[in-house]
Formats: sequence, structure tokens, C-alpha cells
Amino acid sequence: MSANLFECQHLAKRYGGNTVVDDLSFSIAPGECLGVIGPNGAGKTTTIRMCLGLTTPDAGRITAFGLDMPRDALAIKAQLGVVSQIDTLDPDFSCAENLLVYGRYFGMSAAQIRPRIPQLLEFAALSHKADAKPGELSGGMKRRLSLARALVNDPRLLMLDEPTTGLDPQARHLMWERLQLLLQQGKSILLTTHFMDEAERLCSRLLVLDHGRKIAEGRPRELIAQHLEPDVVEVYGNGALALAQAEEHAALRALAARVEVSGETVFFYTAQALPLLAALGQHHQLRTLHRPANLEDLFLKLTGRQIREDG
Amino acid sequence: MNTTTVATTPSHWAAPRLSGRWWPVFLRNLLVWKKLAIPSLVGNIAEPLMWLVAFGYGMGALVGQVTIATPQGNMAVPYILFLASGSICMSAMNAASFEALYSAFSRMHVQKTWDGIMNAPVSLDDVVLAEMLWAGFKALFSVTAIMAVMLGLGISHSPKLLLAWPVLLGVGITFSCIALVFNALAQGYDFFTYYFTLFLTPMMFLSGVFFPREQLPGVVRAISDWLPLTNAVELVRPLFMDQWPEQAWLHAAVLLAYTVAAFWLALALTRKRFAR
Repeated sequence: MSANLFECQHLAKRYGGNTVVDDLSFSIAPGECLGVIGPNGAGKTTTIRMCLGLTTPDAGRITAFGLDMPRDALAIKAQLGVVSQIDTLDPDFSCAENLLVYGRYFGMSAAQIRPRIPQLLEFAALSHKADAKPGELSGGMKRRLSLARALVNDPRLLMLDEPTTGLDPQARHLMWERLQLLLQQGKSILLTTHFMDEAERLCSRLLVLDHGRKIAEGRPRELIAQHLEPDVVEVYGNGALALAQAEEHAALRALAARVEVSGETVFFYTAQALPLLAALGQHHQLRTLHRPANLEDLFLKLTGRQIREDG
Repeated sequence: MNTTTVATTPSHWAAPRLSGRWWPVFLRNLLVWKKLAIPSLVGNIAEPLMWLVAFGYGMGALVGQVTIATPQGNMAVPYILFLASGSICMSAMNAASFEALYSAFSRMHVQKTWDGIMNAPVSLDDVVLAEMLWAGFKALFSVTAIMAVMLGLGISHSPKLLLAWPVLLGVGITFSCIALVFNALAQGYDFFTYYFTLFLTPMMFLSGVFFPREQLPGVVRAISDWLPLTNAVELVRPLFMDQWPEQAWLHAAVLLAYTVAAFWLALALTRKRFAR
């Protein structure tokens, strides 16, 4: 028996000739928030579906709470809370009824669920919407109701598939706050996301997926330090592209460890930004932005800047 | 520790694995329906009642009596009684089919209710079972309302109506299983129009609901013998006339065979649909 709450070993899933998940292993320790990031089509949702026993892996093994998936799927799911990418709230029920009906799926009685409903609604900042139907809620409220619904069985582990996609910044921050609170309460979380600030803020450990394979794994700050130079200087404006390409600017480029072009913007990655900034100061028509390297830089370095076909 | 175990994908055709977890799913549908029960009641009995009034009294005046075979020999019955006893089977069929097609498809595909349920410890098999029983219940509800109206109109006072009631629940369940097969295959609501116009409507005319099957040409009648609605009508009609059905076990066995085969097929196709 391992100390891990959840463990996947050598998972693989193929659809036809297309390998969607390839030799993927990871684990979640109690109290940990593991983030899974990757471009569209990287295999994030398929991985979650396998973890929930909704689709059977072609190879590999999934264990949770000492139980085997998919053999003990129902016993495992009794201890999980799931927020899927698409809201599956019942449009005919009020918020309170949604929680009651969902609790019954866990074998809970109305008498067990009812006392929890006000707490769950308060947690979701929806106390004033107890009698409103999901159709009357904003996007952020719906996602928080989905989160509250996932907590009805007091799960040990939450699986959240892009919980903040499509939300405005206020709603996203409120969702983050709630997730932080759950982590403080000792819950564990598996989270997929497209937002690097979300991953950096919430996740103690990250898994970077691309084309179904794990291409990096580690703590956010360590991953950045491991793969990137600490500083980034972004350059925009007339003549920016020439800096990256023209022969006459080779000396300036030599001040950076790496130069990348994306659209009209040039990115200089460097360990020593000051000489580079001084040199760039000679070009008055250019605008520069000097910032520390972040997860987004890491993500783009690992998975490339080109748009994915299904992106 | 064992590092790699190759998981074997369980066959979609494996025997149903059913548990008591279908009940909260059934209860969910019941709670939604309770909110809409009264308008739903009106819709459920208005249409069959119109058929009954228009055909029963209108056509009945032209037709007069219809002769049917019973274990005690031929028996002449008023056309409206003949029609009522057949059309109640049609109502059970329609109510179950609508629920297991349009409503179940909304929950499965449009609202993704099933996906939400399966994130909880409820298996797909139990969800399908719940939908099947729920559509059967909806049929029973329609049938009960129509029976009450028929009793009120004095069309039949047979004490055997009490027995017709559970039989009609069974008829609803048979058609809900068949409908769930098409639900599993559907990509959109349009698909169900084919089911209704190409399967259910012709069956209505071939199963002795509106006129005795003796009127049908021999070949058509031989096909008609094996239609589920025919077997339902053959079981239910005599009960309306306080008679026992002939070959009751044969008709019940045909309906049971349809039910079991259709449920298994529906389950296999639905598992396949969800195993993306």
C-alpha cells in the first residue's frame, strides 16, 4: 500500500489508430493539488475519464484509496467529487434541489443531505439563490454550484476539469479562493486548466501533457527554473522583428540566451537583463516589457507556439 | 508492486449489472415530473380521448357492433368498447415511447444529466434501468388517467380492468425498452420522427387497434401476429369485456421476449455510446 491517495501507472488509451494517452504515470498525495496542463487534445479529459472509470484504459493501472479502478469504480466514486468541463446541473431544479437530488446518488438520505445544503450554498456564495434555477445563474454561479454539488458527499479527492474556463476575472478569483479554502481543509485536488496563473496559484505540483505524453512534472517554480532563463524581455513595435532576424543585430541577440518570435513580438530570454535592456534602449521606436519568466513561457516552450488543430 | 496490468475492456454485451442505485435516478425524474404533472396529465389524456370520441362515437355510429372471438365463441361488442380496449394499449405504447425517446434523449444528450449522475457512484446500467422503469411508469400514469375517463364514460365496467392495469404497465415497459434502443443510436431528435412514422404508426394500423385483424390479408396478418402491439391488444382487449384472453401465456411470452432482448440491446448500444 502506498501513501498516495491516487495513483495511475503506465496508462494508455487509443482511439482507432490514434494514441490519445501514452504511458502516463502520476500520483496524488493527501492534501496535494496536482495540476494537469496541456494544449487542447493533449489527453487531459481522456485521462480524467479513465480516472473516473468512464472509459477503460487500453493499458495501465489506476488505484485510489487502496481500491482498483474500474473494478471498484463505484466505491472509489463514493469518495470523489467531480466538476466536469460542461455543467451537468439539472435545469428543472432549484440550486437547493440540485444538491438534494445529487446527494441521493451517493446513497444519502434527505435527512442527511438537508442540513448540509445551507453550508454548501454558503460555501458557493449562493445562499441568496437557493430557490433559483440554474438557468437564472451567471456562468460563475453555475460553476460554483457544480463545485458545491461535488462536495455534497464530503469527498477526499476533487477532480476538476477546467473549472474556471469561460469565467470573468471576478468569478475566477472567487473560484480560486474557494479551492484554496478546500486545500486548507485538507482536501486533495486534481485540476486541469488552460490558465497558467491558475496552475501557479493553486497547484503544488504540475504535470505538463502534450500528445498524450507527460513532458514535464514538478513544482511550478522549480519547473520554470529548470527549463527557462529567469528573465524575459518582450519587444514590440516597428523594427522589432528585424532585431530577431537581421545580421546587423547579431551582437544584441548575443546578449540573450534565447530569442523567440511570435507574431509581431520578440521574446528575449536571459539570465542578465540589464545589458540587454541598455542595448534595447538605443532603439527608441521600440516598446519593451521586462518581467520574470512564468509558467506560460514554460508551457509555450514545451508545447510550442503554433495553434493546435482543435484549438 | 505490480507495475503494468493490461486492463481488459469489458464487453458491451456483458450481462446487465444492476443494483438498487436506479432508485435515486427514478426519483429524480419523478421530482421533475411532479412540477409539471398537471399540464402533462392534460396532454396525456387529451389526445387519446379525442381519438376515442371522434372514432368511437363517430365511426361507432356507422360500424355499430364488432364481432370478436372469445374462448366462449364469437361475441358482438360496441365499436367504442372495441376501440377503447385497443387504443389504451396504443396510449401505453406512445407514452412510454415519447418518454424513452425525446425525454430520455434530452437528459442523456442535451442536458448531460446522465454524465452528471455517472460522476456519482451510479453505473450506466442503473441509469438505463431507471429510465426504462420511468418510461414504464409514465405509461402507467397515462393509462390510469384514460381508464378513469373510460370508467366515467361508462365504456367498460369489467372487474378485470384491475388486471389490465398491471398488464398495461408491462406493455409500457416493453415499448420503453424498444425505444431506448433507438435512443442509444440517435444523433438528434429528428431520428425519432422516423421511429414514429416508420415503426409505431404502421404498427398502430396492423395490430387490431382500430379494426379487427381478420380484415388484413394473410401475409400481413402473419407479420402482425408477432408485433408487440398486437400481443398487447390481444392480452388487454378481452379484459375490457370481462373475458380471459386466449393464449395469454403466448402473448405474454412474446412481450417478455421483446422486453428482454430490447433492454439488452439498448444497454449494449448505450454502453458503446458512452465508452468514447
